[in-house]
Amino acid sequence: MPFKRYVEVGRIALVNYGKDYGKLVVIVDVIDQNRALVDAPDMVRGQMNFKRLTLTDIKIDIKRVPNKKTLIAALEAADVKNKWESSSWGRKLIVQKKRASLNDFDRFKIMLAKIKKAGVVRQELAKLKKETTC
Amino acid sequence: MSYKFHQFQVVGRGLPTESDEHPKIYRMKLWATNEVRAKSKFWYFLRKLKKVKKSNGQMLAINEIFEKNPTTIKNYGIWLRYQSRTGYHNMYKEYRDTTLNGGIEQMYTEMASRHRVRHHCIQVIKTATIPAKLCKRESTKQFHNSKIKFPLVFKKVRLPTRKLKTTYKASRPNLFV
Repeated sequence: MPFKRYVEVGRIALVNYGKDYGKLVVIVDVIDQNRALVDAPDMVRGQMNFKRLTLTDIKIDIKRVPNKKTLIAALEAADVKNKWESSSWGRKLIVQKKRASLNDFDRFKIMLAKIKKAGVVRQELAKLKKETTC
Repeated sequence: MSYKFHQFQVVGRGLPTESDEHPKIYRMKLWATNEVRAKSKFWYFLRKLKKVKKSNGQMLAINEIFEKNPTTIKNYGIWLRYQSRTGYHNMYKEYRDTTLNGGIEQMYTEMASRHRVRHHCIQVIKTATIPAKLCKRESTKQFHNSKIKFPLVFKKVRLPTRKLKTTYKASRPNLFV
């Protein structure tokens, strides 16, 4: 019940609406109750409403309003990219993106792989069934 | 970030006459939605201060002023004079924003909501960037904390694009952050 993800300087958030949808940004400062000053290595520092942000579990150690170099260095040091991509949330997003970008041949390959996997599972199940009945 | 109110610097003077070859030049910084309105506002204010009108004056320059550092947060103090239903009043308001235009826009919307004052009844007397020590209002001072930390209490469930919006949903949303 207590809150685990706080809006604070250094919190990593995911943009869930608008032009920068899907980007990971760092909260660099808080303007007021509804807006934060937000920064990422590939965008100009700007303000963003909290309604557009979803907080993540990742937090990096930076002072209030660092300059761009320090920010990028801190992001590298905390290894945010790898932490994100190995987290279950990050992995799910990668899978979603992959699925959305498939072409017909990829979907065909996936169909074959699914059939193969189902066949192997069914074989094991049949083996287990045989052992319990006999 | 597009702002409704833009800041203009308007420079004008009375027309030169035989008695006054080089009339004094006046410069004003004001907020308006566009250049045409800015020029009109300039003459309105200048008429009230000096004996000059648009018909016997000339506009020398009008430039839009843009924010120098839109990536830093500043505390803006705005002194204004507004007309309520019963008379004119002065007010001092503080806003935290990255740009002065943003602070002014906040001011206009707040005056409209809190006091039902329309934007044409508001005159901005003065604006200033206030250092954190000199801020007077608690609502701006509460953000002067370098270790600020607060949770987002409700998560508003919103579709990433308006195209995916549907009127009906199969299940109730989960608002827990």
